[in-house]
Amino acid sequence: MSFAATLSRFRIPTVLALGLLLTGCGVNNIPTFDEQAKAKWADVNNQYQRRADLIPNLVETVRGYARQERETLEAVVNARAKATSIQVTPDIVNDPEKFKQFQEAQSQLSGALGRLIAVSENYPDLKSNQNFLALQSQLEGTENRIAVARRDYIEAVRVYNTELRTFPGVLWASTVYRSHKPMETFTVTEETRRPPAVKF
Amino acid sequence: MRFCPPRAVIGFVLLLGLAALAHALTFPQLTGRVVDEANVLDAATRQALTDKLAAVEAKSGDQIVVVTLKSLQDTSIEDYGYQLGRHWGIGQKGTNTGALLIVAPIEKKVRIEVGYGLEGALTDAVTRLIIQNAILPRFRANDFQGGITRGVDDIVQVVSGDAEEFKRRAAQRPENTAKGVDILTLILIAFVLFAVFSAMRGSGPGGGARSSRRSGYAGPIFIPSGGSWSSGSSGGGGFSGGGGSFGGGGSSGSW
Repeated sequence: MSFAATLSRFRIPTVLALGLLLTGCGVNNIPTFDEQAKAKWADVNNQYQRRADLIPNLVETVRGYARQERETLEAVVNARAKATSIQVTPDIVNDPEKFKQFQEAQSQLSGALGRLIAVSENYPDLKSNQNFLALQSQLEGTENRIAVARRDYIEAVRVYNTELRTFPGVLWASTVYRSHKPMETFTVTEETRRPPAVKF
Repeated sequence: MRFCPPRAVIGFVLLLGLAALAHALTFPQLTGRVVDEANVLDAATRQALTDKLAAVEAKSGDQIVVVTLKSLQDTSIEDYGYQLGRHWGIGQKGTNTGALLIVAPIEKKVRIEVGYGLEGALTDAVTRLIIQNAILPRFRANDFQGGITRGVDDIVQVVSGDAEEFKRRAAQRPENTAKGVDILTLILIAFVLFAVFSAMRGSGPGGGARSSRRSGYAGPIFIPSGGSWSSGSSGGGGFSGGGGSFGGGGSSGSW
């Protein structure tokens, strides 16, 4: 039997064994964690988008009862415009500058919304308006979903970044997956703060 | 290859600490569809609720669990709620059709936590109506059994596809909804049970997503995954979460 024939007879098992060996070394981990973190980022973004979609209706409803709160209303409208003007491209998670901008714009919007809900406490008619109550509960639910989505994203990024920096992931990161960079994550200070007081 | 700079190490350690904090909560055992840790329900009510919720799951696969807590462990009910739902894996894997009614009598907080798959039916606005109209007035009068029972009735009504009807009646709640199960429901349950049992005898676990969703109640054919399997030991056979997930949907109230 020639050498070539022997080789070809063993090729398939060898390739299989090599594949198993590499999988055991976590060669798939980086792309897997990368995809997971990106999916979590999409969740975060969806929830922020959902919040932005709720705002025009909310602002109109409040304006109907509390016209004199012009400043507070305008602050919300402006903060929303600023937050939605940021182009959220997929590579934003690798761009510290843009990520920070995004985070700041959203947290400003959270603040403005919190103040709007706080002043609406002063208007009994508004507070008993069914439409307003429905919007308020949706906003409250969305803020909560944002908090959950952010925490999930932070955890997914932690797993991904850890894989990039620890053995054996670091071997793959420096060879096969050179293009994979650590992802940006939400800062802890923002996270430890309670979500804006959207309370009844 | 270069080594991690110190700043990255510090950041990493901080993140680990944060992760440890996030997992500091402890959760009660999933002993059945009604987990009465705070002891506010009597045995008969517990059984009635369990039967009602089992019927819902047999019909649609939606898993609804009632839980009363001794303590929220110094966190918000929103924070505790979604983590509890994920920990138990309430709802079917893939469709995530689960919901929790969480009552914390000590903190005077109540929450309806809605799994991803039920967010379309049990919207934030609808859960708020249920809490405000059905639950809170009774809780304020210290009638926990009544509040929980009425809340569960409403949740069941909404997930059974009556959201519009529910909203219409929410403003002026009728004093009593018809009790008992109508014949159509009985036939449906019998049919579903029959289908489940014949599926068990026939194809076994390889029946695809649809059949595994249907069969969530029949523990034996459901393949546990991701550690969401808990050793439930309530009266009517073991109950356990199907592996559903939660994303913070629902709403809360306090009294």
